[in-house]
Amino acid sequence: MTVLSIHNLNVTFSTEGGDLHALKDVSFEVPERRIVGIVGESGCGKSTLINAILGLLADNGRVSGGEMMFQGRDLSRLSPREMTALRGPQIATVFQDPMGALNPVISVGRQMTNIQYRSGLSNAEKAERAVAMLRRVRIPDPEAALARFPHQFSGGMKQRIAIAMALMMEPALLIADEPTTALDATLEVATIELLQELQAQIGCSVLFISHHLGVIAELCEDVVVMYAGEVVERGTTRQVFNSPRHPYTERLLDCDPARQSSRTRQLPTIPGEIPDLRARPPGCIFAPRCHRRAPVCDTPPPDEAVQDGHKARCHMVTP
Amino acid sequence: MAEPLGALGIILVLLVVGGAVFADLIASADPNKIAPRDRFLSPSIDHLMGTDQLGRDLFSRVLHGGRIALSVALFATAASLAVGIVLGLIAGYGPRWLDNLMILVFDALKSFPTVMLALALVTLFGPSLTAVVVVVVLVNVPGYARIIRTQTLALKSAEFVTAAQSMGAGAGRILRVHVLPNVIGPLLILASMDIPVVIAIEAGMSFLGLGVRPPTPSWGAILNDGFTAIRDTPWIAVAGGLPIILTTLGFTFLGETLRDVFDPRLKGRG
Amino acid sequence: MLHYTLSRLGLAVLIVSVAMLILFSMIYLIPGDPAAVALGPRATAAMREALRVKMGLDQPVWVQFWNFFINAWQGDLGNEVLSDRPVSKVVLEQLPYTLALIAGGMVWSVALGIPLGCWAAVKRGSLADRLVGVLSVAVIAVPSFVVAIYALLIFAVSLRWLPAIGAGEPGDLGDQLVHLILPSIAVGLGWVGYIARMVRASMLEVLEAQHIRTARAFGLPDNQITYQYALTIAILPTITLLGVGIGQMLSSAVFAEIVFARPGVGKLVYDAILTRNYPLVTGAVLVTTVLFVLINLIADLIVGALDPRVRSSL
Repeated sequence: MTVLSIHNLNVTFSTEGGDLHALKDVSFEVPERRIVGIVGESGCGKSTLINAILGLLADNGRVSGGEMMFQGRDLSRLSPREMTALRGPQIATVFQDPMGALNPVISVGRQMTNIQYRSGLSNAEKAERAVAMLRRVRIPDPEAALARFPHQFSGGMKQRIAIAMALMMEPALLIADEPTTALDATLEVATIELLQELQAQIGCSVLFISHHLGVIAELCEDVVVMYAGEVVERGTTRQVFNSPRHPYTERLLDCDPARQSSRTRQLPTIPGEIPDLRARPPGCIFAPRCHRRAPVCDTPPPDEAVQDGHKARCHMVTP
Repeated sequence: MAEPLGALGIILVLLVVGGAVFADLIASADPNKIAPRDRFLSPSIDHLMGTDQLGRDLFSRVLHGGRIALSVALFATAASLAVGIVLGLIAGYGPRWLDNLMILVFDALKSFPTVMLALALVTLFGPSLTAVVVVVVLVNVPGYARIIRTQTLALKSAEFVTAAQSMGAGAGRILRVHVLPNVIGPLLILASMDIPVVIAIEAGMSFLGLGVRPPTPSWGAILNDGFTAIRDTPWIAVAGGLPIILTTLGFTFLGETLRDVFDPRLKGRG
Repeated sequence: MLHYTLSRLGLAVLIVSVAMLILFSMIYLIPGDPAAVALGPRATAAMREALRVKMGLDQPVWVQFWNFFINAWQGDLGNEVLSDRPVSKVVLEQLPYTLALIAGGMVWSVALGIPLGCWAAVKRGSLADRLVGVLSVAVIAVPSFVVAIYALLIFAVSLRWLPAIGAGEPGDLGDQLVHLILPSIAVGLGWVGYIARMVRASMLEVLEAQHIRTARAFGLPDNQITYQYALTIAILPTITLLGVGIGQMLSSAVFAEIVFARPGVGKLVYDAILTRNYPLVTGAVLVTTVLFVLINLIADLIVGALDPRVRSSL
């Protein structure tokens, strides 16, 4: 059973310099009760993907092809009203920046009761539920916390409050957009453990976006590697991390600070830059930076199946 | 702001400036010629906007009033710019205590409601164009001086100025060569946007009888003549108000467009 | 919060003091002998001398200023020339009329300007947005006294819908409100534009914020996001602007009071100038200035109280 199944998704933005093909033929699945990681450099299309799933693309963006099946319904065909009804109760999101994610002039309690507006509960029940959820994310003195404002909490607490808000409605899918990137290392571990624990209790699926390979490896069962708006490789975390088949994944893993002696948290970049998405080359998108480039790479690469569930979009995959 | 608005602004401004410059050619009647037999004539072919309580041709007075409005606006704005630049440079370049003192005085000046300041100043100068110009200068200078001051402070520590100083350039030269060229653009745009405000101040003070002395034609004075006779001869008030509306709109549309095109940073001021 | 309040208060006191100094310099620079002006041409030299002593004009400048300064802070602005009544009393009698006028202008310009600005921001780039933009600029540009005259001409003289002069029968609230309509249109029209522009600009900024994206991601209704989540933040700079706005409305009120023959501080000052009643002029200008500084102070404090970030950090 899959919760979210994305098939050949294309997203295009109209810009002054022409159409920008931000996502090209993106396909992957999020099975029930599983944590799927999405990894890639900044600019790889992670944010566009989230916005497309949430139906929050900017005004100049549109889904130009493919489908996003969520519980049997294609998200790209839902009306804005139906999409609004799904966001929150069914698909919840935790964003990267805990400092800016909560409204600064509305109390935490008010924000937490506001998002339950469709639940039909009384105000007292909503508050009770908010308190219970804050307790589950280990906010000290949750009753008092309701009356406080976001700036009165630390960054880690704010992120836990954001997680509490996201999971309070027990959604089927949680999208976590780099939820730990802005936190320091100890908080990061604690936050990830908390997410894992809550996911197991609630039984939701998680789409976990990160550029931190160590976090993905520890947390996720499946992984999707994105580059320049394309899924270049996907499979179980074990398959992709232990035997990467796409040259981009190989380079990404080589660059992982966890495998290096120097202690940087910044992912070292691969030489070259992501190409201009307004003028995609006809062939492989990674070819200009690829160390295994061959003449055949000037033609569109297939999604080559490596193993069951392990695919790489590359001409050079040899099974 | 859309460009068509800028075009409309240019057309209005050209209309007003053209009317003022060629006033004698367009309107043959003497704006100050009193004709008791022609009092309160409604608009006609002979008198496009009618005549006032002294039988003067309103169309001619409106065109000649444009001369007063525009020349006061230009002169008072230029004077404000000059004073603002000098004071701003002194505040920015001078000692810290002087800077603080000047900022305080600017704040105090801005805390007078404009018309109240004008009324108080009239007690000093008597109703006159001088009073109008002084009011405009006092209203505008704090804003201009602040811009110059901020820029001067920012540049004072900038490397190339320090280098120039170490090479023995005098303060005057540094200000002229390094500070002014950097601020003159935004300052001129701001000043051009203040022109409708200046025109409104002149017209407003003349309306109250505190600006231009009769019989000099001024839009504000015509409006006041019209106000006095508003029940029976409304066209006088219309004749006095219309040029004020068209001119302020024209300069404002033009100024907004200029700002959006040349200096988007200033957007949202006011 | 206490520190914030005190520092704002200190600055306000300082600004008012400097304003007093500026005003005093003006009086001092008025050409001619104030005693002679006050007594008129038929006074004898002895009478003038007596009044000079009474007014303290025989003292050195700095003593004169110090007396003016101390008296002004104690609410003693001297006596007006015509009836010899205390200036402060005369001014305070007229102040409620002016305040009512400003309040009227403020209420309707806020009631119209905030929704217009919001609407323009939500419909960014649409025809409606552009229309609001152009109209805002236009109403800001046109001077309030022209609006006053044209409103008088159209609604009172031609259509006869509304009364042209006065403030209404004392004690008859309905009549007073009817008399308030035209003057407050004249006073408030430009501010509809200012407020709409300000709200639009700050709404656009807030709508880009991450927490608005979060609110959308939680499926909150658009209206709640616009009015509860965004507007409550976007309104804060507008409140500061309103403080400044009241000062400008004081200016417009002078014209509105003269055009509509309403009692008020503006009319008072204007009449005082025509009768050369200088103590009344300076006194009224000082009162309005203090009022303006005070209102700006209050606006700052309201912003401080409404914004929980400011409230607890200061």
